[in-house]
Amino acid sequence: MRLYIARRLAFSVLLVFVVSSASLLLASVAPGDFVTESLGAVVSPETAARARVRYGLDRSVAEQYGRWLTRVARFDFGRSLVYDRPVADLVPERAANTALLALAALIVSTVIGLPLGILSGSRRGIVAAIVRGASVALVSMPPLLTSLVLVFIAARTGWLPIGGMHSTAAGSPSFIDVLKHMIVPVVALALPIAATFERLQSQALADTVRQPFVTATIARGVSEQRVVWRDALKAALVPVASMYGLVVGSLLSGSFVVEMVTAWPGLGRLMLDGLRGRDAYLVAACAATGTLFLAFGTLLSDAALALVDPRSRQ
Amino acid sequence: MSRSTINVGSAAGLFVLGTILLGATLAPVLTPHEPDVRFDRLLNAPPTAIHIVDSNGRLRAPFVHPWIRVNQLEQQYEPDHSAEVPLIWFTGGLVQSSDDASAPLLLLGSDSFGRDVFSRLLYGARVSLGLSITAAVLAMGIGAVFGALAGYVGGATDVALMRMTEFVIVLPAMYVVLALRAVMPLVLTSRDVFLMLLAIFAVLGAPGIARGVRAIVRSERHLDYAAAASSLGASHVRLLVRHLLPSASGFLATQATLLIPAFIIAEATLSFVGLGFPDPVPSWGTMLHEASNLRALADFPWLLSPAAAMFLVVFSLNVLVQRGPSSVLGSTTLQSIRA
Repeated sequence: MRLYIARRLAFSVLLVFVVSSASLLLASVAPGDFVTESLGAVVSPETAARARVRYGLDRSVAEQYGRWLTRVARFDFGRSLVYDRPVADLVPERAANTALLALAALIVSTVIGLPLGILSGSRRGIVAAIVRGASVALVSMPPLLTSLVLVFIAARTGWLPIGGMHSTAAGSPSFIDVLKHMIVPVVALALPIAATFERLQSQALADTVRQPFVTATIARGVSEQRVVWRDALKAALVPVASMYGLVVGSLLSGSFVVEMVTAWPGLGRLMLDGLRGRDAYLVAACAATGTLFLAFGTLLSDAALALVDPRSRQ
Repeated sequence: MSRSTINVGSAAGLFVLGTILLGATLAPVLTPHEPDVRFDRLLNAPPTAIHIVDSNGRLRAPFVHPWIRVNQLEQQYEPDHSAEVPLIWFTGGLVQSSDDASAPLLLLGSDSFGRDVFSRLLYGARVSLGLSITAAVLAMGIGAVFGALAGYVGGATDVALMRMTEFVIVLPAMYVVLALRAVMPLVLTSRDVFLMLLAIFAVLGAPGIARGVRAIVRSERHLDYAAAASSLGASHVRLLVRHLLPSASGFLATQATLLIPAFIIAEATLSFVGLGFPDPVPSWGTMLHEASNLRALADFPWLLSPAAAMFLVVFSLNVLVQRGPSSVLGSTTLQSIRA
């Protein structure tokens, strides 16, 4: 087990290295550079050339990459050209915003999805049917659609603030203000995942309830409620737990979309800004952080699964 | 779930999908306007209502009222009840207004350039669905070839190919799409965008397919029927193509219904942020870009019709295949391909 985790970690480090190198090189070989994007055609060739020398863009791609590598080895990730700030300051701040969004959405979808799944999986009737119908519809609504619809509702009704993390008017952002701004993006990200959890939990529970051990327990006189909540739920946890590894990827991709639609200042927006401005260091750092998130999240969910299901430890 | 409900659901899904595909194919005939025609006096006009009862309460052939602009700044319109413009059928298309210049038939309203949203929706379906379906077919083709090779040959080839797929699968899909997009100039022709997105989607989609096909081929090749075929003198290629690959067809069909929605959404996301198709090209993503402005979204909800179309496609695919919950996540992201 320990060896396995060590191998996974080593692979993740390699992955992050390859991804950041590749995205740096890709962003560097692309036509145009930061100078042409930011200064445009209005400046004289001499000014542009001077700017290139200042940012080190006059060197060959190989040389730029070599310099970046030696600096990265000292944990200096370069300076963002677009924001004129060290990448190492900029990225953690935005990555934290994305992590906040993703974690909140994960919690919300778990809290909504699993109980509703237990309900619809263990009971019949109108409520279960409504839950099931809503889930089937929401499963077909990726975050792009849920966020557009929620922003539309929020803009139409004025109930909730939309755009950004906090109101611009206030001086220092208050906790309540951030919380209010979080509702639309978090719910947009959480709804499809909650629906997935609901369907999965419902199916798993329905399958478990049909198993002989449940019939046997009920035959011994244990109440149905007790069997569902104590025995069947425990057995039905495994397929749901195995889903979290997949959800990490959806959270990351979904969060990117939601950040775009709701103007949430996260990692995805930062990478897009870097891309538009041909800011290679920024793009590399963002891609690396995204990869790190995914690798870490998957590792964590695999570890959780190993706890719930001893068979998966192999 | 009883058998009959499954059939009703599948039939409904098939019907909706068929209608959308037919609408996309017949777009030039069905649409009242070309996708890039602009009605400069009708920016962000609401959908035109078709009436069959006139002001005297008498039944009439379908007609429309022209819009009067009541507020130019706010772009508010009111129907002019005094004028009735009859519709003409089967002349240069299925249906259009007899006075297209002053009272065009805008079934889903118009966008901020005064273009007919309904016409763009149908033409956009060609771009969005065409791209997604082609990319899915390409991804499945590549994936099937590599997967079959890995599963059949085994050994070092297998290990090398599977390491490669693992590597792609653990990448954050959306970030990779962005990074790959960055190699190309920011402004591209629509043909180049189409080819570029096709390549990116196929490369990201193929590894998941390859892994599945490999597993199937690997387990099938040791079964009796495969041994029988090869002892009767079937060549490797024949055994693989004729006997082993067909057993993966069910898997491929399921994957197609996961990849197509993922690609539709990926195109829409890229175009929404301005890295997909350039503006005059109608695609569901570029159309949604119109709705990215908060005011437009709140005041002109018909701009969200491509979102409704996307939902219909994904929903129909889901009910068509009666998707089990373990694969539902697929519709939400490209990342799903990791399973």
